Amino acid sequence: MNIFKLCQTCSGTVLRRCIQTSSTRHVELTSVRYPDVKRGNYGSVRDSDLATFERLLPGRVLTDSLDGYNTDWLKTCRGASQVVLRPKSTEEVSAILKYCNEKKLAVVPQGGNTGLVGGSVSVFDEIVISTQLMNNIISLDEISGTLVCQAGCVLASLEDYLSNHKLTIPVDLGAKGSCHIGGNVATNAGGVRLLRYGSLHGNVLGLEAVLANGEVVDCLSTLRKDNTGYDLKQLFIGSEGTLGIITAVSLNCPQKPEAVSVAFLGCESFQSVLDIFKESRQKLGEVLSAFEFMDSQTMTVAKENLKLRSPIEDYPFYVLIETSGSNGSHDEEKLSQFLEHVMGTGIVQDGTVATEPTKIQNIWSMRERIAEGLMHDGYCYKYDVSLPLQSFYGLVEAMRERMGTMVTRVIGYGHVGDGNLHLNLTSPEYSTEVMDKIEPFLYDWVANHKGSISAEHGLGFKKKNFIYHSKSKSAVRLMKDIKHTFDPNMILNPYKVLPDF
Amino acid sequence: MSGFRILVGCKRVIDYAVKVRVKPDKTGVVTEGVKHSMNPFDEIAVEEAVRMKEKKLASEIIAVSCGPQQCQETLRTALAMGVDRAIHVITEPKEYESMQPIHVSKILSKIATEEKADLVIVGKQAIDDDCNQTGQMTASLLDWPQATFASKIEKSNGDLSVMREIDGGLETIKVKVPAVLTSDLRLNEPRYATLPNIMKAKKKPLVTKKPSDYGVDITPRQEIVSVEDPPVRQAGQKVESVEELVTKLKEAGLV
Repeated sequence: MNIFKLCQTCSGTVLRRCIQTSSTRHVELTSVRYPDVKRGNYGSVRDSDLATFERLLPGRVLTDSLDGYNTDWLKTCRGASQVVLRPKSTEEVSAILKYCNEKKLAVVPQGGNTGLVGGSVSVFDEIVISTQLMNNIISLDEISGTLVCQAGCVLASLEDYLSNHKLTIPVDLGAKGSCHIGGNVATNAGGVRLLRYGSLHGNVLGLEAVLANGEVVDCLSTLRKDNTGYDLKQLFIGSEGTLGIITAVSLNCPQKPEAVSVAFLGCESFQSVLDIFKESRQKLGEVLSAFEFMDSQTMTVAKENLKLRSPIEDYPFYVLIETSGSNGSHDEEKLSQFLEHVMGTGIVQDGTVATEPTKIQNIWSMRERIAEGLMHDGYCYKYDVSLPLQSFYGLVEAMRERMGTMVTRVIGYGHVGDGNLHLNLTSPEYSTEVMDKIEPFLYDWVANHKGSISAEHGLGFKKKNFIYHSKSKSAVRLMKDIKHTFDPNMILNPYKVLPDF
Repeated sequence: MSGFRILVGCKRVIDYAVKVRVKPDKTGVVTEGVKHSMNPFDEIAVEEAVRMKEKKLASEIIAVSCGPQQCQETLRTALAMGVDRAIHVITEPKEYESMQPIHVSKILSKIATEEKADLVIVGKQAIDDDCNQTGQMTASLLDWPQATFASKIEKSNGDLSVMREIDGGLETIKVKVPAVLTSDLRLNEPRYATLPNIMKAKKKPLVTKKPSDYGVDITPRQEIVSVEDPPVRQAGQKVESVEELVTKLKEAGLV
């Protein structure tokens, strides 16, 4: 379907032929797909600005082939940035922001660009500030497990580095091969280990951030306990790049577990999933490190789209349990008893258990690659909500009934152990009709059941207008006051997180 | 008509996903505290034997592993996949380091004779030493025909028709039973052991023997002089044009 639309990113009026596809080649401009969003009163990049940037970051100013920086991982948002800046140090970030603030040039901080709510790409022509070249590890204290590094370190590289010292990162997610720790902190990423190690709010000991006016805020403490004044780092964690650009992080890293086991179980109903969860908390206790679930439609994605093989027969629901501990035989005994019990009482129909790294990786990839598998369908409407466990799967059933054959599939999976559901719908192409039938119905349903409309993905561009479904007006008003204090010119990641109303 | 009795060799090796490290004294690689698992090609051999039993071509499967105490975990995996009983030929960890295919094949051939096996199936090679010798040596010691690098095994009038992966393509041969077969990657995709079978496996017979029980002397016949990391790969250079490439090659004296 070809649509002729007015393009708002140019000073004149240019008729552009925008092909509405969701294939990997060409994604519709965000400014075109969402015509109600108006460009703010910002400056535009001039040659003199480019010259200044080139002087500040010689050879690290990109103006060509910016598709990768302008398109999000999900291929649902495309900005029109003309400039990408790649600083190497906090000082350079400070100099850039000071300049941009003076010229009222909007910027979008970008790490690994793996965000799922369109928060890491521009909407109009904001300048991309990439942390790609800020990937140095600054220090590691092996005794306390404290790691200090720059914000552009890729999560998987940190894990490799730490494993040589028998430590591990406290956060783990499917995007680990590409995401930057700065981005993880800015979005308060959850991941599969939150059940065991808690959120980044607890594991980040300190950070260094640059404010919109270039001022460097040094909160890069490595102390486990420091109750001196307001804990500013907590504001930056989860601020999605709207209060400052995080340039360095100090992280509390746990011991790398000696013994890891993964069990993959099949069961008959969602109630069984909850029963298994209750049993695993009781019987596996402190060695439980992950508890994920998938419905059968999710397994279909793994089999059909990714050609993966299920270790067990087909069941309505699947549970992935991981245990990690310091003593292999202790954990195996616990897991063995637990599995005998759940098989014996019939809440588990079948399953497999693995301790070998290769088998563990194979089982985990069935869960971690689902987001990738969904992309094969075309366009993915991705939702990430927190719900009370009693009504948890009810949302999936409600959406399935509501959407019928309008969509290719409706699947539910995720961190059930954290009360976090990943609900995804797919269709061959983006359709406004489908989107209007999903939203706001889905968000209303979540609000009615007292859940959160975004458990861990954040608000970014796509979900900011639904913030009132989960936060009160007084809370949002206070957030806006804080934003105004940190960034009076509103140059940091505009059009994201906080709504205009 | 009773089916084949199959003997399957299962070697315990460092898991494929583990980053192997050389010991500081260069006498070998670090195995202490490192995750091990069944050699992937042996897993394929076990899977093939179990499938033959499911098709009623085989009536009994015996798994064998040579090495230290932990080999019993490897054998339990084989039992959980569907093997009927297991024999663990135990050696000291130090002796195991110098154990070679010649020793293992002597043990396997003795067991094959003792157990009156019709088929011996092993992986084509182990992922730690890449020797690709045990199957062939075992066949020679038993004076049995061998079908190596098998990617398909079918029954053909009391004999076996085996498709082999060779450099030139695929070769199909007819092999008389008893025979030794070695499994290649595309023979099958091994199953995951499921919970009911894992529990049943705990009760299946697993006997422990010594190499001397089979009259096999495992005195080392080789001495490892040193083990080193492969040389670090040098960074390449990117060139902008063919002319630049030619210039650089000339500078290096290569053209």
